[in-house]
Amino acid sequence: MNWLSNNFDKVIDPLGPHLVISLLPVLFGLLISIPLGWVANRWPIARAILVPAAGILYTIPSLVLFLVLPPLLGTKVLDEINVIVALTIYTVALLVRSVADALAAVPPHVIAAANAMGYRPVRRFFGVELPLAVPVLIAGLRVATVSNISLTSVAAILGVPQLGGLFTDGFSVENYDEIVIGIVLIFLLAMIFDGLLLLIGRLLTPWARAGRAVEAAK
Amino acid sequence: MIEFRDVTKQYPDGTVAVDKLNLTVDAGTITVFVGPSGCGKTTSLRMVNRMIEATSGTILIDGKDIKDSAPASLRLGIGYVIQQAGLFPHRTVLDNVATVPLLSGWDKRKARSRAAELLETVGLPAEMGKRYPVQLSGGQQQRVGVARALAADPPILLMDEPFSAVDPVVREDLQNELLRLQDELDKTIVFVTHDIDEAVRIGEKVAVFRKGGVLAQYGTPADVLRYPADEFVASFVGRDRGYRGLSFLESSGIAVDQVPTTTVGQPVAGPVAEWVLVLDANEHPCGWLPPNTTVDGPLGSDSLVAGGSLYTTGTPLRGALDAALSSPASRGVVVDEDGKYVGVITARQVLDLIEGHPESVGKP
Ligand SMILES: Nc1ncnc2c1ncn2[C@@H]1O[C@H](COP(=O)(O)OP(=O)(O)OP(=O)(O)O)[C@@H](O)[C@H]1O
Ligand SMILES: [Mg+2]
Repeated sequence: MNWLSNNFDKVIDPLGPHLVISLLPVLFGLLISIPLGWVANRWPIARAILVPAAGILYTIPSLVLFLVLPPLLGTKVLDEINVIVALTIYTVALLVRSVADALAAVPPHVIAAANAMGYRPVRRFFGVELPLAVPVLIAGLRVATVSNISLTSVAAILGVPQLGGLFTDGFSVENYDEIVIGIVLIFLLAMIFDGLLLLIGRLLTPWARAGRAVEAAK
Repeated sequence: MIEFRDVTKQYPDGTVAVDKLNLTVDAGTITVFVGPSGCGKTTSLRMVNRMIEATSGTILIDGKDIKDSAPASLRLGIGYVIQQAGLFPHRTVLDNVATVPLLSGWDKRKARSRAAELLETVGLPAEMGKRYPVQLSGGQQQRVGVARALAADPPILLMDEPFSAVDPVVREDLQNELLRLQDELDKTIVFVTHDIDEAVRIGEKVAVFRKGGVLAQYGTPADVLRYPADEFVASFVGRDRGYRGLSFLESSGIAVDQVPTTTVGQPVAGPVAEWVLVLDANEHPCGWLPPNTTVDGPLGSDSLVAGGSLYTTGTPLRGALDAALSSPASRGVVVDEDGKYVGVITARQVLDLIEGHPESVGKP
């Protein structure tokens, strides 16, 4: 572990970029998949197209996406935007179905009651449907976040600076300490953000906890 | 006042759910839409707040065509209660009740204090406001549903089988509560049910629908029970409609007979010749002494045959029949509001009251 104390900045410097590259896509993915999920839930035809399409997108190997995107976007191969776009696509692919399912799970009588009380559609969506979808959304976001934090490292092959650099570097000079530190760091980051999302979910949905307690008592 | 004028609803698949409905719901009354499943009650109700648009015809509220108001703003003035309560699972009870005031643009504090007031009105303790709907019983959720519908003080209340998902005892509580509330609030209420008992209990007017969305009869509960317009209505209100009739006829002028009485703790001379009613020191009935009983020493409660249900004067006549039929002495015990013995009545007397002069029953 001597390596660590001598190369501290080699570990700290890519930390920020790694987080930006893996977490920005989670945010973008969420913002894109909410309207897409709404559309999929609203029109059966849209669902029949969007949900399978999302499934197919998710099966594209990340490296392929990293290489195909530059010509499509007109960016340089080394540009981190490619990685951010690629991971956003994965996040959307993961979340669209969750959002659509979560919206479909809102009981029809709750929607009817909201309409009957004078809710207009937009306010109803943000005031009733979306909050009720939060538990499912958080579950989807957790998967996307953990997967993005680990997928980001693949981009090291392209030379985009982030923690994956510890792997490529470690392999080339056969420094296994460096590789292990990279793995541990990525694992820790994934756990921290997973826990953070879990906590946010808890804070946002005290009602879901009350519901689980009632179920458990039965 | 709500007026249906030649209102028809045909669904896209061709089903005629409501057929040329003409009906006026008077302001400040409870009107019940009753009928078998699928006869168009819900459709008729939902056309009032435009959750369903009529295919043809006009609906007027206080003389104004509802088509002239945007649905959302029309609905702010019409409370709506449904069977499963439809509470928002993610909001506390208090915030559920505050929903419509908030939508109408009240500030949060005012809306919440109004909501707290309403919880009290519907008989829920203030602490319950902090709970989530899952943490309430079905009956409590239904009360919250009513409170929520009343929150912005809408002049009209639409209720679609609001009490049919709760057990019969709770249902009766909720019905009584609604009647009590209505006494204070004077709303124009349209109440949908498929239960004729509930209809005659609650309704000042009853509209009986038949399949195909046709109005079969519209009148007071007494009219519908006594003079069913046709075979369909007669069979829908049932053969035991005389008995049902008792549930809304009160009998302040009922004639009672007397039976011999004695008091607990008193000695009883010799074997008694007939049923003797035993009272406690406050003149409350506590049981019967059967004929030919001999009691040694002071009369204790162990020699008594338990009495049936008691009938309190001024309450619906149905209770008098229950009291007579459940009494071991075949005579129902009548008590006053304080529970003091007044007299006895036989089932025959109760039945004669209805069969003989149905119109005069209930008048003092
Ligand atoms: N969206 C719809 N599309 C087609 N037909 C419908 C629709 N909604 C209701 N119907 C039909 O219209 C008729 C009246 O339905 P409605 O729900 O008004 O009946 P209801 O009297 O409320 O019945 P219930 O007591 O079962 O609630 C029924 O035959 C029903 O199948
Ligand atoms: Mg119905």
